[in-house]
Amino acid sequence: MLRLEKRPTPSKFWLYATPVVAVLLTMIAGGILFGLLGKNPVAVIRTIFWDPLFGEFAFYLRGQLLVKAGPLILIAIGLSLGFRAGIWNIGAEGQYIMGAICGAGVALALYPTESRLVFPLAILAGALGGWAWAMIPAILKTRFNTNEILVSLMLVYVAETILAKASTGFLRNPEGAGFPGSRSFSSYTAASNPELIAGSGLHWGGVAALATGVAAYVLLSRHILGFQIKLAGQAPRAARFHGVNPERLVLLCMGLSGALAGLAGLFEVTGPAGKISIDFNVGYGFTAIIVAFLGRLNPLGIVLAGFLMALTYVGGEMAATNMGLPSAAIQVFQGMLLFFLLGVDVLTNYRIRSALMGAR
Amino acid sequence: MEFGGINPVILIASLMVAAVPIMLAALGELVVEKSGVLNLGVEGMMIVGAICGFITAVQTGSPVMGFLGGAVGGAALSLVFAFLTQVLLANQVATGLALTLFGLGFASLMGQGYNGIKPPPTLSVPMGPLADIPALGPILFDHDWMVYMSIALVAVVWWVLKATRLGLIIRAVGESHEAAHALGYKVNRIRLGCIAFGGAMAGLGGAYVSLVRVPQWVDGITAGAGWIALAIVVFASWRPWRVLIGAYLFGGITVLQLNLQAAGSAIPVEYLSMSPYLITILVLVIMSSGRGRAALNAPASLGQNFHAAR
Amino acid sequence: MLRRTLMTTAALGLGLALTGGAALAAGMDHVKACFVYVGPIGDGGWTYQHHQGALAVQEAFGDKVEVQWQESVPEGADAERVLTQMALGGCNIIFTTSFGYMDPTNAVAAKFPDVKFEHATGFMRNSENVSTYNARFYEGRAVQGTIAGRMTKSNKIGYIASFPIPEVVMGINSYYLHAKKVNPDVELSVVWAYTWFDPAKEADAAKALIDQGVDVIASHTDSTAPLAEAAKTNGAVIGFGQASDMAEYKDGPRVSSIIDNWAPYYVKRVGALLDGSYAQADAWEGIAGGEVGIGEITAAVPAEVKAEAEAMRDAIAAGTYHPFTGPINKQDGSAWLAEGQTAPDGDLLGMDFYVEGITGDIPK
Repeated sequence: MLRLEKRPTPSKFWLYATPVVAVLLTMIAGGILFGLLGKNPVAVIRTIFWDPLFGEFAFYLRGQLLVKAGPLILIAIGLSLGFRAGIWNIGAEGQYIMGAICGAGVALALYPTESRLVFPLAILAGALGGWAWAMIPAILKTRFNTNEILVSLMLVYVAETILAKASTGFLRNPEGAGFPGSRSFSSYTAASNPELIAGSGLHWGGVAALATGVAAYVLLSRHILGFQIKLAGQAPRAARFHGVNPERLVLLCMGLSGALAGLAGLFEVTGPAGKISIDFNVGYGFTAIIVAFLGRLNPLGIVLAGFLMALTYVGGEMAATNMGLPSAAIQVFQGMLLFFLLGVDVLTNYRIRSALMGAR
Repeated sequence: MEFGGINPVILIASLMVAAVPIMLAALGELVVEKSGVLNLGVEGMMIVGAICGFITAVQTGSPVMGFLGGAVGGAALSLVFAFLTQVLLANQVATGLALTLFGLGFASLMGQGYNGIKPPPTLSVPMGPLADIPALGPILFDHDWMVYMSIALVAVVWWVLKATRLGLIIRAVGESHEAAHALGYKVNRIRLGCIAFGGAMAGLGGAYVSLVRVPQWVDGITAGAGWIALAIVVFASWRPWRVLIGAYLFGGITVLQLNLQAAGSAIPVEYLSMSPYLITILVLVIMSSGRGRAALNAPASLGQNFHAAR
Repeated sequence: MLRRTLMTTAALGLGLALTGGAALAAGMDHVKACFVYVGPIGDGGWTYQHHQGALAVQEAFGDKVEVQWQESVPEGADAERVLTQMALGGCNIIFTTSFGYMDPTNAVAAKFPDVKFEHATGFMRNSENVSTYNARFYEGRAVQGTIAGRMTKSNKIGYIASFPIPEVVMGINSYYLHAKKVNPDVELSVVWAYTWFDPAKEADAAKALIDQGVDVIASHTDSTAPLAEAAKTNGAVIGFGQASDMAEYKDGPRVSSIIDNWAPYYVKRVGALLDGSYAQADAWEGIAGGEVGIGEITAAVPAEVKAEAEAMRDAIAAGTYHPFTGPINKQDGSAWLAEGQTAPDGDLLGMDFYVEGITGDIPK
């Protein structure tokens, strides 16, 4: 009989070793899955983990990892602050959409002004849009004690309807012959968010994601607010005695995560996505929740987790195309990876003891 | 009797059917959360239940076996979650979301080859002349048995949580796992049981979608119903009868808005389309603003893992 | 490594051939045809039908083609990546099967002049290697409308619409016009589901229509849920298969169907690439080209109605009848098409108005 014994302090060794172990275990379990589906397991695993980084087309795919990881990291860092303080913003997807709509709306309203101010204005509007959308659950929580999980989640669906309305109605391209979708940002230079260095995949969203990671790290380790956030999550009563105003914290954390999600939406719509369309959102807001926890709510961890998720998306896609795997198999594989990452993590904080040995 | 071209009797009869999947799943999740566990994998368990139920029903030719299969499928998937969170003490929020991702993919793999098949029909319970009573007949006596079953399950869960020793233990574990442990209860084992029950209920709800609501297997068939179920639990402030109210309210407004469209209402479609979500928020605000009693009803240990130090 | 070199030479050869002009274009010995799908193949509707087309290509050319596909590709940035990967990976022709892939398709096509791109349902062809194709589904709607107008007893017919885009509006107008033609008393109820695929919601929408007295339902969403809902009325309500034949409801409410049949087009285009006759195209085929199939009209429909519907189908196929032939007024009473005038394709592709007689507004 095995049992767990809590370590006095988390193990440094396992902190870094668990992700490696988890990936190895996933490769084995995933290999079995792919084998059962009649594919060469080694080839599939290599395509997922190796090819995007070092394969034939890595020169292109490495940049794509950044494109994919950027919004995940940006959103996840915002969410992690709230999660640390025990504030559950599940609706980042909605804030992402509203940020994109507001930012794109401002930029398109100025069309065809070619001014350097257009893009900064759009960024501001995007952040404000996400912030405002997150303020709804925040204010309802502080004023009426309404549960923020429900409100933020329900507002995702409302935002999706507004998105459909935007792309078929008020933001529709007047020169698009009645087709849904806004003007394309790639042809509106003042408002577009292009690759900063050709082939790198780096656009302003990626810059913002990495900068936010650093800022969050400083905030959490050096600033009184970071301390308050951590304290509110771990010991709400103690936080009160310490002068932490819980209402202010809710408004702040929700607002910050909303604004960052809105920014991610704005950078995506003006950059890689290129326009407002009915299916503009692809679930970054939900995936970012996983990324936040995979990164153990730690800014550096989130950056790494964001890239790992991006790798499974990009590599998984390649495997699906090249090997004829159903995309569902890739989803299962991603699920397994997450299971292993989350499960093996136990070794960081606990020791496994056999009951016989551990018996006093 | 009609209001704005809408017949309320037909409307109520429709919403009772529309609400069944989210009600079953929400009821299961309620028990899970009462025991202090937050499982965000409802959508994944629902869709696995949908395909397991569908396959079982098609293979056996019996819808009853199908629902059973759905429940077993959902429960089996939930055990993955239970193992990770109760044995390996993994983070519940992230594991739940991963469960959804895994479930969606897994169901799709299982379902290959089951497209375009009609499952055996689930028939209305024959109530004879009762079904012909005006107004009451269509509302009360003209449904398939799962509709009655879902209401009965609400009553059972309510009774078990409120009046039985088992319910007391579940609530104790959810309120303070330390105290429950000190009293000698096996916290993690009790939670494991609750998680399995939640999985079975989600699976049952999923099977209702694939066997009655649609009835067919297509990828992504539950289309987000699991998320709504999660919201309904919060809406209900962890009270079983309020789950019924919440599910009927949400299902009712969904049906109503489509009926208003069909009847040619003057309200713009996009507002109708968002109305189920907005009204749910609004009602929750009204309910929870009464000095915050509703929100305080959340189980105190919700989402926290328990490890017996000794 | 060897494979890579081979591929480069093949691409180079193709590039040279193309610079020589279309007339001199050489054929190819082997074509790698790739498909990008917006949903899972198991959706039983839109993507499923495209995949059937892809399989038909494999069937038709055997060893001479290699077929690859990628399911569930979100529109936007992800599509651009998948397309680039495919082009880098040696695809010779890439079919992008959803409207939302329009910008990514054109963006990637500009970077890979030697790869052919075929974009479904769009209108943008920014470089020479981009073709567009679509199917005239409104022709099928005309046949459905005829059946609906004749079959309805309550004179109320319904349409479950997805999003307010020209494609859908076109379908609604065609369906209504032809129902009205054979039954002047007919009224149309439209329900906007704001989704392409949500079986439970589609079922609710069908139920709502039935509750409003509608007894013939057409749908523009992908699942069989509306038919299943109609089946519960024991024959009082009928409906149509959408995208695929939905033959499993033949003994029930499904009286006919519109089948998206992409196989003829895919086989033709890949074939053209193989024999060297490939050229940029803007294809919009309908019943005549086989892209729009009319599923078997069942015995639930009286023989004379069936004959009328089939005559309609055949007239459209023969080109003697256009479903949008004037006089047709817009909803507000202003004239759209004069007597005998047929609708220009441009009007149809950007259609954002109802025809006269339909009540309610298109959500804007």
